[in-house]
Amino acid sequence: MSAVLLDHITKTYEEGKVIAADDVSLQVEAGELFGLIGPDGAGKTSLFRILTTLLLPDKGTAKVLGYDCNKEYREIRARIGYMPGRFSLYQDLTVKENLDFFATLFGSSIRENYDLIKDIYRQIEPFNNRRAGKLSGGMKQKLALCCALIHKPEVLFLDEPTTGVDAVSRKEFWEMLQQLKKQGITIVVSTPYMDEAVLCERIALMQAGKIMAIERPDTIISRFPDTLYAIKAKNIYGLLTELRKRKEIASCYPFGEYIHITLNAPASPEELEQALVRSGQEDVEIKKIRPTIEDSFIQLMNRANTEV
Amino acid sequence: MKVLGYLLQKEFKQIFRDKTILAMMFAMPTIQLIILPLAMNFDVKRINLAVVDHDHSTYSSRLINKINASGYFRLVAGAASFGEAIRYVETEKADVVLEIPQGFERNLVREGQQPLGISVDAINGTKAAIGGNYLLTVISDYNREIPVNANGFTKMNEIEITWSNWFNPLAEYRFYIVPAVLVLLLTLIGGFMSALNIVREKEAGTIEQINVTPIKKWQFISGKLIPFWVVGMIVFTLGLLIAWAVYGIWPVGSLLTIYAFAAIYLVALLGFGLLISTYTENQLQAMFVAFFFMMIFMLMSGLFTAVDSMPRWARIVANLTPVTHFIKVIRMVVLKGSSFADVGLEFAYLVGFAGVLNGWAIFNYRKTS
Repeated sequence: MSAVLLDHITKTYEEGKVIAADDVSLQVEAGELFGLIGPDGAGKTSLFRILTTLLLPDKGTAKVLGYDCNKEYREIRARIGYMPGRFSLYQDLTVKENLDFFATLFGSSIRENYDLIKDIYRQIEPFNNRRAGKLSGGMKQKLALCCALIHKPEVLFLDEPTTGVDAVSRKEFWEMLQQLKKQGITIVVSTPYMDEAVLCERIALMQAGKIMAIERPDTIISRFPDTLYAIKAKNIYGLLTELRKRKEIASCYPFGEYIHITLNAPASPEELEQALVRSGQEDVEIKKIRPTIEDSFIQLMNRANTEV
Repeated sequence: MKVLGYLLQKEFKQIFRDKTILAMMFAMPTIQLIILPLAMNFDVKRINLAVVDHDHSTYSSRLINKINASGYFRLVAGAASFGEAIRYVETEKADVVLEIPQGFERNLVREGQQPLGISVDAINGTKAAIGGNYLLTVISDYNREIPVNANGFTKMNEIEITWSNWFNPLAEYRFYIVPAVLVLLLTLIGGFMSALNIVREKEAGTIEQINVTPIKKWQFISGKLIPFWVVGMIVFTLGLLIAWAVYGIWPVGSLLTIYAFAAIYLVALLGFGLLISTYTENQLQAMFVAFFFMMIFMLMSGLFTAVDSMPRWARIVANLTPVTHFIKVIRMVVLKGSSFADVGLEFAYLVGFAGVLNGWAIFNYRKTS
């Protein structure tokens, strides 16, 4: 049995004008760390809200731990943990009061599940009597995670947990998730950061309500169909406009200090370099690189756009 | 039960932690009850009078003296012509113009009658009506004292009226307004607090976090309503004590009846707040919607003007607001000592309001959208 199952889920807002989920199907196995990757507005949060029984889909069935999200929401609510994208604990209650409160709502207590949260809770325990609103961003994150874990959920839903958190805290947070996974909790996490995708076991790439691929991150990368080159020159903007005009370029987009390109069949990078130098580009540097998830995402997105 | 207990504990913690709200909840009724009824007064005093005396006779000066001596009027000007006098009204220096025509004394003595002209500034309707009435009373009083009329040729048949004010012997405004202001304060606390509190959870996103827990709808809603019910009852008690300490108003009727009404009234009001919160998304919206209804409640409930003298449609609207019934009851019980049996119908009304408003709100409150 899959821990999470979405079967042809469609959800629209404003009478069908805005499509949040377009015939989405996916499965998450028990004990998996599953990532939902996509830019803002891709429909990630809508899927989370459907799975956490806060939103009814227009069409399709959603199941968590075998329970139907529409009918058996009571069973689901007792067994899942949900951490919304926005910090939504009581800012005017202290750290301990928040934890106590959510533990009680689930008919549990801090002591009962202390083992599960102790690694995370220890870091915020010194601030037990501080109000949640006065915590730093990273601390809030940890507290929210503790509150979502306090009743020992079987599935944990984390909606963009690392958005707006500094690089060090992000790294720490992912380490915590790996620890939780070891305890057998199924984790579904969404993020707009492509570099976090490789930290998941399997990912779904999402764009405009559609899922473009569901695979292991390295499989997605290995499926990248073309050879990818990184290119740079002294005048990077001039280079980009020049590249966009050339017929031998299949795709090009800026990526950090480089421009990533793929070439149409007969062209070779050597020929391209010469051609660019002839057209007046200085310090041209071109090299073959291994694609990242982001490259795969852009490639899939472009393909989806041309198909439409 | 344990969950509800913890919800209540959390709710009270939050109320007591927000010092501004806490202060407002208790300071507002105290200060308003002490200040408002003192300031709000329908007894019109110090009416500014401009006199145009074309006669300059003994009679006319006696009339002016009598008006002056009544204590309600302040003579601000003696004008030479009506045009000059009316300018005092235009510049808001005078409220009433009394014009005594030439030959006032002569006509009175010879013919036994003489018209007088009174012009009243009616921008402030109440002041105009009452001021005009006072002036008429003084003049008719004067009329009776004139020797010609007093021991005139024919003894006129005259109806003399004496009256007494029941339940408020001195017809003092505070007896009328203090109980009503008490109701108003309870309305503000019950309606606004509950509406804003639940919407605040929506705004902060905490309701989302609560909704994914196995907590039941009735637990969450009771957890919200009970604390404000308790606060409301405390404020009400505080208000009764202030009315007694400051104005010497102590309910003539039974306290039990009053508390029974306050209890059910608060349930209705909290249901109203809850209903607003289910339809609004943020505190600003909730505030405006609540304010809109509060204005209607205040102006239509018979707080300032009698419901009986409203047009038919307005009376229907007034009867559809819970405030009207509670104000009526509290005046009856506090001033008149009406028993529960006398106000049974009003109680049924309030139970109805409580049922409808809460039922509607609970129906409309959903954990899933």
